[in-house]
Amino acid sequence: MDFARRYDVLVIGGGNAALCAAITARSRGLDVLVVESAPIHFRGGNSRHTRNMRTMHEGPLDPLADSYPEEEYWQDLLKVTDGLTDETLGRLTIRQTAGHVDWMRRHGVRFQPPLGGTLHLARTNAFFLGGGKALLNAYYAAAAALGVDVAYESEVVDLDLQDGRFVSATVQSRDARHAIRAKALVAASGGFESNLAWLREAWGPAADNFIVRGTPYNSGRVLKLLLDRDVKSVSDPTQGHCVAIDARSPKFDGGIVTRVDAVSLGIVVNKHGQRFYDEGEEFWPKRYAIWGHLVAAQPDQIAFSIIDAKSMGKFMPPVYPPLEARSIAELATRLEIDAAALAKTVAQYNAAVRPGTFDHTVLDDCRTDGIAPPKTHWARPLDTPPYYAYPLRPGLTFTYLGVAVDATARILFKNGTPCANAFAAGEIMAGNVLGKGYLAGIGMAIGTTFGRIAGEEAARCARA
Amino acid sequence: MPAREVPLENLVAEAQRVLAICNACRYCEGYCAVFPALERRLTFDEGDVHYLANLCHNCGACLYACQYAPPHEFELNFPRVLAQVRKETYGKYAWPRLLASAFNRNGTVVAVVGTVSLALTFVLTAWYAGPARFFAAHADEQGSFYAVLPHGVMAGVFAAVFAFATLAFVIGFARFWSEGGERLGEFIRPGALGAATREAATLRYLDGGGDGCTYPNPVPSFARRRFHHLTFYGFMLCFAATAVATVYHFALGWKAPYPLLSLPVMLGVFGGLGLLVGTAGLWWLAHRRDPDLADSSQTGMDAGFLILLFLTSASGLLLLAFRETRAMGVLLAVHLGAVMTFFLTMPYGKFVHGIYRFAALVRFHIERRRPLPEIGGE
Repeated sequence: MDFARRYDVLVIGGGNAALCAAITARSRGLDVLVVESAPIHFRGGNSRHTRNMRTMHEGPLDPLADSYPEEEYWQDLLKVTDGLTDETLGRLTIRQTAGHVDWMRRHGVRFQPPLGGTLHLARTNAFFLGGGKALLNAYYAAAAALGVDVAYESEVVDLDLQDGRFVSATVQSRDARHAIRAKALVAASGGFESNLAWLREAWGPAADNFIVRGTPYNSGRVLKLLLDRDVKSVSDPTQGHCVAIDARSPKFDGGIVTRVDAVSLGIVVNKHGQRFYDEGEEFWPKRYAIWGHLVAAQPDQIAFSIIDAKSMGKFMPPVYPPLEARSIAELATRLEIDAAALAKTVAQYNAAVRPGTFDHTVLDDCRTDGIAPPKTHWARPLDTPPYYAYPLRPGLTFTYLGVAVDATARILFKNGTPCANAFAAGEIMAGNVLGKGYLAGIGMAIGTTFGRIAGEEAARCARA
Repeated sequence: MPAREVPLENLVAEAQRVLAICNACRYCEGYCAVFPALERRLTFDEGDVHYLANLCHNCGACLYACQYAPPHEFELNFPRVLAQVRKETYGKYAWPRLLASAFNRNGTVVAVVGTVSLALTFVLTAWYAGPARFFAAHADEQGSFYAVLPHGVMAGVFAAVFAFATLAFVIGFARFWSEGGERLGEFIRPGALGAATREAATLRYLDGGGDGCTYPNPVPSFARRRFHHLTFYGFMLCFAATAVATVYHFALGWKAPYPLLSLPVMLGVFGGLGLLVGTAGLWWLAHRRDPDLADSSQTGMDAGFLILLFLTSASGLLLLAFRETRAMGVLLAVHLGAVMTFFLTMPYGKFVHGIYRFAALVRFHIERRRPLPEIGGE
């Protein structure tokens, strides 16, 4: 790579959306430079942690069975976002996914049947063989073969926008600074989930107890630079993919394995030994994304998922072993919760459980009566030792605050005019489509769609 | 590089840590048999660890796809820890147990056994033939080899060594199998046995999930599978050549050496060439392999085995080429010494990987035919 050269297209970021844009623009014959802030081993942003893409298909589309038509996909998106989406961009994303599978294959990505424990996604989500890092390896190999230049450990620290046009970017690459000029810009540098100061600004002191499940390299620096230069924002800083994860997880980059899927099988208490939400409201895959916010609202942002021996082994195995005790009192001691309070909570819960037929595969009739909050399904008394607990904290995967774009992926200014030669793709603009909530595999759908569009449009505009 | 010995308990503990991460992640499920096999379990005892380690073909795909691979703080290197466990498997189930330590300094062991075997074949041939016959040029008539060493001695010594090696394999296999908790009768069920045989014969899991192994580097290729095929089928052809020759000798009364276009010689020539190319190719790949994938303490064992196969085949082919010259005696002694070393070290070297891996494949197919344990809330 040559920082002094004037590239046709500068791509900021090194994840799925960035690589889709770079490969597309390079395939049109343009000179492309990708600047990735992470070192090579951690390249790819949160795409490292992904595993599938939600894909529309009118009929069977290897590896997907049956069909998942546009309208059903759109209704799913509408439901999870409570309408905080943009129909034009949302439907554009959905329609484009149908063609992505073939394009991805052509660039080395391979697919596999749904993973163990994910059968509920078999019809809707195409799984990458080996997951997101394998996908990135394929894209980086494809980009290298095409002649895309990649600079690792290179962070954009300033942007020069004049009269609504991108002129150059200042890049800190190891010890040196370079002003890189290009005819077009694609900003695909992710959200700000690893910027602890920004999280604190958005969430208050509670943010100090958050665990960042995603990449440590999403500082939100480019997002901030753009928003400070009159670019219009979408969603808000408190929206994101925030799930309840094991409190013992690493501060950053723990990824998929940090999940704890025991919640709907037992009860969840806070540090005072009190329950605070209906653990059996819905199937866990439909609810895990609200539990991060629920735990974030508890004192010290800590909670404990408690089950008994009946439930052990009936959920996806978590990465950390549970805390184990022969009695509820002993468990309380181990969790440093007031033993009397926990004993009271468990006794009240056990007494409130109504007889029913337990079946974890359906919304069964095992529920409580007369306690608040209730547990509306899968409620069984906690009475069979040993008892197990998993400590939970809010785990932030990615944030939704982003820059507004139009259907050509052009960045929009606050006055509604599009930037002539700057485009955005991926997490930095995902909030246009996903203003809140979460739908599994939608991030990769947005990133691939807008990455390819941004690459195409940037090429067009650099050639003009 | 000096061999770093890790105690078995530590290795098993590390494997258990890694397996728990893999079981919670599962992204690599499509690469090979190891991941579906581990997903059937919630916890992993030592037997499970040995089983899964031997099911692994060390294709490397999972390391390059792993979001937790070093330098991530989880420091997850699945192929390497399984490779380290495999060496422990070989020692643990070896018979007689006294010889298990042969796996720790395998290169040295092979070299010593090789020297002793060579010395033995030279002493035997020289003592029997005397300098005159040993260095004489023999016409390529039936029985010329036996002018140097009588057939009875040759066949008797090798039959004994071969029987011993076979016994060692059978006992090692039986120990491995029973410690895995499966009954012996399960092994011979045709469905699972057939599926495992197919996968072993085609090296199904040296395909990295479709594009080839990421071995010796992250670019997928089928080079390793092809060289392994040449080695394995080359070996089988040589074995067939010996078997046919045995039938010729005892059933038909035809004595070696056989004409160039005879079945044993043709089998031996093609097998020998396969072995030469295959072992040289595997050696070349091993030298260029990503050090992250390797267990450096096994370099000696891998190299010893490849060199031995190469020498056996090279000396056999040279013997064929020069059997009518004065060099025949020396070449025969060298070839017999190499073959003897091979048989003697077989149960205590890299050869055993085939035994345990095949057993693991059969077990995988037995388990696959059972209902999936109820794990995971959908």
